[in-house]
Amino acid sequence: MPSRLRGVLAPVLLAACVPASGGRGWECIAPAAAGGGWDLTCRSVGEVLRVMGLSPGLVRTTNLPGAGGGVAFANAVAQRNEDPTVLIAASPSTTLRLAQGQYGSLTEDDVLWVGAVGAEYGVLAVATDAPWNDLGALLEAWRRDAGSIVVSGGSAVAGQDHMKVLLLAYRAGIDPKRIRYVPFDGGGEAMTALLGGFVQVFSGEASEVEGQLAAGRMRVLTVLAPERLAGPLAGVPTAHEAGIDVDWVTWRGFYVPGGIGDERYHEWVDIMSRVGASPEWETARRANRLEPFFMVGSEFDAFVKRQVQDFRDMSREIGLIE
Amino acid sequence: MDALIHLVGGFAVALRPLNLALAFTGVFVGTFVGMLPGIGPINAIAILIPITFAAGIPPESALILLAGIYYGSQYGNSISTILLNVPGTASAVVTALDGNAMTRQGRGGPALAMAAIASFFGGTVSILGLALFAPLLAEWAIRFGPAEYFALMVFAFAALSSLAGGSLVRGLAATGFGLLLATVGLDPNSAIPRFTFGQIKLLDGMDFVVVTIGLFAVSEVLQLLEDTERGRSAMATYGRVMITMKEFTTSLGTMIRGSVLGFLVGVLPGAGGTIASFLAYSTEQRVSDREGTFGKGDIRGVAAPESANNAAANGAMIPLLTLGVPGSGTTAVLLGALLGLGVTPGPLLITEEPDLFWGLAASMYVGNVFLLLLNLPLVGVFVRALTLPRWFLLPGVAALSFVAVYAVNQSPFDLALMTGFGVVGWLMRKTGFPLAPVILGLVLGPLMEKSLRRAMALSGGEWGVLFDSPIALVLWALAAASLVLPPLLARRTRLPYAAAQAEGDT
Repeated sequence: MPSRLRGVLAPVLLAACVPASGGRGWECIAPAAAGGGWDLTCRSVGEVLRVMGLSPGLVRTTNLPGAGGGVAFANAVAQRNEDPTVLIAASPSTTLRLAQGQYGSLTEDDVLWVGAVGAEYGVLAVATDAPWNDLGALLEAWRRDAGSIVVSGGSAVAGQDHMKVLLLAYRAGIDPKRIRYVPFDGGGEAMTALLGGFVQVFSGEASEVEGQLAAGRMRVLTVLAPERLAGPLAGVPTAHEAGIDVDWVTWRGFYVPGGIGDERYHEWVDIMSRVGASPEWETARRANRLEPFFMVGSEFDAFVKRQVQDFRDMSREIGLIE
Repeated sequence: MDALIHLVGGFAVALRPLNLALAFTGVFVGTFVGMLPGIGPINAIAILIPITFAAGIPPESALILLAGIYYGSQYGNSISTILLNVPGTASAVVTALDGNAMTRQGRGGPALAMAAIASFFGGTVSILGLALFAPLLAEWAIRFGPAEYFALMVFAFAALSSLAGGSLVRGLAATGFGLLLATVGLDPNSAIPRFTFGQIKLLDGMDFVVVTIGLFAVSEVLQLLEDTERGRSAMATYGRVMITMKEFTTSLGTMIRGSVLGFLVGVLPGAGGTIASFLAYSTEQRVSDREGTFGKGDIRGVAAPESANNAAANGAMIPLLTLGVPGSGTTAVLLGALLGLGVTPGPLLITEEPDLFWGLAASMYVGNVFLLLLNLPLVGVFVRALTLPRWFLLPGVAALSFVAVYAVNQSPFDLALMTGFGVVGWLMRKTGFPLAPVILGLVLGPLMEKSLRRAMALSGGEWGVLFDSPIALVLWALAAASLVLPPLLARRTRLPYAAAQAEGDT
């Protein structure tokens, strides 16, 4: 009899093993589907918390995708405002959407910002046969005829890959409204469009370009970091070296619900500090290809709020929001 | 020649005892995970990745385990598709057409066996393709720009419009319905909400799993309930379990065509298994459906999409590894795993890390072999599920549907949406509208829209760009031919197509 039932019962039984929301232990909410940056942040930090014995047992990762993180943000504010056991993964994608009012009436003041534990930096790259050898040459071409240059990136219009180009142009004195940008589904597709000759410039992140760079098919014009990166991109100058004051830090960090109280918030900050200083996280950070970037507590809180304000100003400047 | 030597080296890696054990475990677990649509391979793999990192097993062994789960779940999904008419991936939707029809005729066993054999066949052909043409195909994939993708989508829809010999008008209407559903959610370019009526749950659009399970599974339950009430027995018991030699030989050509087509489509970044399985099915129908049996339980209707689907999964390794472009949610997770293992996708990967590339290719093949060895004997067990009494089976399928849909977003709203689509699907069955084109419209609609808008953005609004390249022109010609030729041929040779057409129109 058991074997006869297996075909139908097995899936049902499997379903019963899938973690449901609620229950004991800590939980990390990844506001996107499995496999993305937020998901990896949750899973890798959750594992470090468990291994270091900072958490009561396993830290459960829950994927709560929707509205570019909006569903998770709304969930943290409305349903779990006083839940002391939940962390929510965040990045500049979160602050950008907050700045552009895409989480409805919710703002950066509705949650508490714990800290960031790693980052990636933005890059601009062109095909090897492109006429521009450095950032200065590209900017010169942009000033002369912005209409003939199309930028590809892996995020939607007004998303990170778009904003970093606009910010660069703006700081270089070029009218951001004249920059042409075409969104693709992820950095890989955007890069493929560059290699196929469909666009002239690729806007993305350092880790995305390494493979094509090694194969000699792409040239990275600039990294949007405070200092030059280590590793394969060590030879690429920063935008600061070209005299343009712009960074693009794709930090990975966490916020917690706003109503958990000061004491619990400081506990979270303390826990995150210990993670950031641990060799376990050092290993996990390298495995996830993140650059060192560590900031917690009031410093991180101020950083996030300044970033949201910058994005808000920029979005207003180019007419994306009122 | 080098490639073949590397491939042999890859097999040497895949055949180590630890790796064999992992491949077997992966395929076994994957088969059961795959039977529950909604949980799917993505989550299973995502959960396992940190564990494999932590367990300290070598990278290629970790990938072998993950690939095994991927393959196993694809097959597990075929089981629920064929036996219960509950497809959990877009590429399985066409398998449902003939696969479930076969089950109704008491031929669920041969359908399952054919799914396993065709998958194996697709894997075999595509691994040869990988060994011989990988670098060449990587270059080909880059030539596909937005305009070419748009033309490919148009071709896919044109090929689909007369799917399963039904009415052209109803097929187009169902496709249009799917395309309309696809416009719900955030606008892909500007992230402005469309047709969401202020409902936050609709911001991400209609989830494919919700719509599919509603249209297929829930409406199936409603239909069966109605049949039971009226004393009709729609679901037959099972008979034979294995396929006959004749069934195999008639499907051989189908599997070859399906595998080659699937492999080529799979190589295109982003296109993946869905287009491959739909195109393979509609092509096969054109080529070999002389008696008009497709859609009515023709075993070739199972062989074509299953071989294409599997070949596409292997083909997708090329853009995944050389361009870093994942063709599906599952390959996206695999990409994450690769990065975590310190592998950078790029054109040099095949030459610089032959062990990894060929080890992965070989392990996928080993996974396929295990799938065949494991599942052929189990076919009889799975099929027996159908002999469960109706009072158990129907609530079982309903419960399965609710659990699967709830697993996607943990949202009760999705359950209501699914139930609504169940009623829509039931009405569509009653009025003779095909269900599969709705799904294709829903899945490919966003891709088609984005391609068109990208092409327009690149050209500055110049429509001529759509017909600029030889690749695009060929695809347009194929699209035109698949709309115009079948009715013409039917008229000239008086094949059953015309009859089916007339029947469908009344």
